[in-house]
Amino acid sequence: MGVCPVVGSVLSHCPPSSFSRHKELLLFFLKPPSMVLKAFFPTCCASADSGLLVGRWVPEQSCAVVLAVVHFPFIPIQVKQLLAQVQQASQVGVAVLGTWCCCRQEPEESLGRFLEGLAAVFPHEPWLRLCRERGGTFWSCEATRRQGPGASSEDQVTLIFYDQRQVLLSQLHPPAVLPDRQVGADPTGTGGLAAVFHTVACSEALFRSDRFDEGPVRLSHWQSEGVEASILAELAKRASGPVCLLLASLLSLVSAVGACRVFQLRPLSFLGSKLSTCEQLRHRLEHLRLIFSTKKAENPAQLMRKANTVASVLLDVALGLLLLSWLHGRSRIGHLADTLIPVADHVAEELQHLLQWLMGAPAGLKMNRALDQVLGRFFLYHIHLWISYIHLMSPFVEHILWHVGLSACLGLTVALSLLADIVALLTFHIYCFYVYGARLYRLKIHGLSSLWRLFRGKKWNALRRRVDSCSYDLDQLFIGTLLFTILLFLLPTTALYYLVFTLLRLLVVAVQGLIHLLVDLINSLPLYSLGLRLCRPYRLAAGVKFRVLEHEAGRPLRLLMQINPLPYSRVVHTYRLPSCGGHPQHSWGSLCRRLFSGELIYPWGQRSDRQD
Amino acid sequence: MMDILLMEVFPRPIHVLSGSVSLYTFIAPQNPNKSNFLFLHACSPHPTTEERPFSSLPEVDLYSTGICRGPLGNLTACIWLSLQNSMILSAAIFITLVGLLGYLHFVKIDQETLLIIDSLGIQMTSSYASGKESTTFIEMGKVKDIVINEAIYMQKVIYYLCILLKDPVEPHGISQVVPVFQSAKPRLDCLIEVYRSCQEILAQQKATSTNP
Repeated sequence: MGVCPVVGSVLSHCPPSSFSRHKELLLFFLKPPSMVLKAFFPTCCASADSGLLVGRWVPEQSCAVVLAVVHFPFIPIQVKQLLAQVQQASQVGVAVLGTWCCCRQEPEESLGRFLEGLAAVFPHEPWLRLCRERGGTFWSCEATRRQGPGASSEDQVTLIFYDQRQVLLSQLHPPAVLPDRQVGADPTGTGGLAAVFHTVACSEALFRSDRFDEGPVRLSHWQSEGVEASILAELAKRASGPVCLLLASLLSLVSAVGACRVFQLRPLSFLGSKLSTCEQLRHRLEHLRLIFSTKKAENPAQLMRKANTVASVLLDVALGLLLLSWLHGRSRIGHLADTLIPVADHVAEELQHLLQWLMGAPAGLKMNRALDQVLGRFFLYHIHLWISYIHLMSPFVEHILWHVGLSACLGLTVALSLLADIVALLTFHIYCFYVYGARLYRLKIHGLSSLWRLFRGKKWNALRRRVDSCSYDLDQLFIGTLLFTILLFLLPTTALYYLVFTLLRLLVVAVQGLIHLLVDLINSLPLYSLGLRLCRPYRLAAGVKFRVLEHEAGRPLRLLMQINPLPYSRVVHTYRLPSCGGHPQHSWGSLCRRLFSGELIYPWGQRSDRQD
Repeated sequence: MMDILLMEVFPRPIHVLSGSVSLYTFIAPQNPNKSNFLFLHACSPHPTTEERPFSSLPEVDLYSTGICRGPLGNLTACIWLSLQNSMILSAAIFITLVGLLGYLHFVKIDQETLLIIDSLGIQMTSSYASGKESTTFIEMGKVKDIVINEAIYMQKVIYYLCILLKDPVEPHGISQVVPVFQSAKPRLDCLIEVYRSCQEILAQQKATSTNP
């Protein structure tokens, strides 16, 4: 066997000084010479009685996947029948691969000849003979090929142990492929290990019989101690059919009501598209329809998505009920309602102080007095209207808050969206001020740019969409220059008002953004996948890892194959649920540009723009 | 009345004497005859001083060393007093411990291992100081070659061993370059030995794969 204990040799070749400064490097080189056959052997069969090895032979990778051991005594016809059944059920070519011998001492001659005879009954190339001493740690393994009459050649075998249950239940996640490559439909084509996983996963039919069955053939595999099942899971499966049907019909009724003509009319549809609560409710309705749909999940990805949706909805409702109990206990709603109106008053007062400051000499800048007074008084009157409106609403606040608190039982996300909407409504005057300031500023900027072109003798050609030179009359030039001067000297005042209100608006947008972020987090976090990764890491596999087991010269190489679980970041990335779509559409650069030119910014893309 | 601006009144003074509020001041090291703390009762009309055998905290007189003049003195005094507060100190210690554990678990790599199995593939393992191991396995079918690359980094040339992966679309292309021993960064002489052994195995593997 060509396994060189290379650790020592490499270390001795390198000059000692280079290693003394480095952390430990370990290198292992394992090279069985010439033709190598890999035999995947399940760890559960390592202590089984002697018998026949049953599994699949993959010629392209020269590897044999052992699925089960058929014990003596057996009737060859029945074994062949069983294999044919399994092959039909799983579309995987299962055959007898060789013999397995586990006995106290070296096998006797008669047993050896009996085993030879079996090779004639179940013809298979190559024929494996695995042997293990009970209580010993080392195995012997031979693989023979018959090449022509009488001559046979032996291959070297590498034994790889694998945990059958883990490999059966796990799901390989290949590394992310680049978008210009096609993902192969056939899993066996992508690699030898994928073929192993595929084989084990498809052979469920073989694992159905256990030790306690009265069938003609005795098998040993991971379920031979008894088929795994759970009463709760079975009951849930039976009950889920009619329950899903009922709930699906209810949900379709609700969505039909929501889609009726009344809501398509102008004011309601506009409101529905602006309020984030309606968005969130629609999103959750879709989720619920997905959960309770009567169609079975076709592939594991859909199953995971369903499970993640269920987990997300449950967490949402649980947190919502927690919030509800906290709100309604100890009359917190009363306190909240009592503090809300004074807070709104306080905000309005602060705004008034701000405007008084702007009407004076803010930061030492000298404003144009008349324009300043006009704008300041206009905004002050607006605030006064707003305060009166708030005071009008004050008796109803507690009732409204109480009903809003009730909505938390639909989920924390709904409550948070409602909070974001309430914040938006309460700061509506800031939004209005921002719009006035922005429009005024934009008008001014447009005027200035156009008159600047006139000042230089140029004109904007709308047809050709470019700037052309133009000869103006003298009076045009005179009026244009006058207007340009007026606008230019009024610019600082308008710009300052615009700046102040934009900053306020951005502050409100930031608060709303935070709330939306939280809602998005609850909506899209794949909790079931994360829980699975935590508790059953072998279910989500990024790959495999090998460990070299004790080795003796002259014996075959033994490796232990374990599942390498997916890192958490990839779990979140692969399984995250689609979010509500409330993400900012613009990059920072375009945002700054729009701010500078005075265009109105809408922080989240409006869904009404994208709907038909 | 002493104009001590160290107005941090501790919610739980170390000594509570008859429920009165106490202010602490510290004795300068240049007064060796005075040991330890001066213990000042601020609410009595004549501040009485008592000496307590209480030397757990260091002795510094901020007032007499001159840094305690003016607003900067206030700030310094406040920071010093807040450091004496055990809550902030324990929070700082806790954060340091957590940061250290995080560093050991996520950043500090103790050992790197490269395992090449002829017919199966190449496995790279990094073991962290906290015992965590992170493993990557690349199947032999995807490996094109193992080479030593050189790169110019600032003023020197560094050598690193890397694995070239095959491109599934283009037969002669390379889809990815995976460097190994990124933490250990062995020097060229070690890398050459590793490279030679790897090439032996890869050559053998290519030979066996071409004649089935």
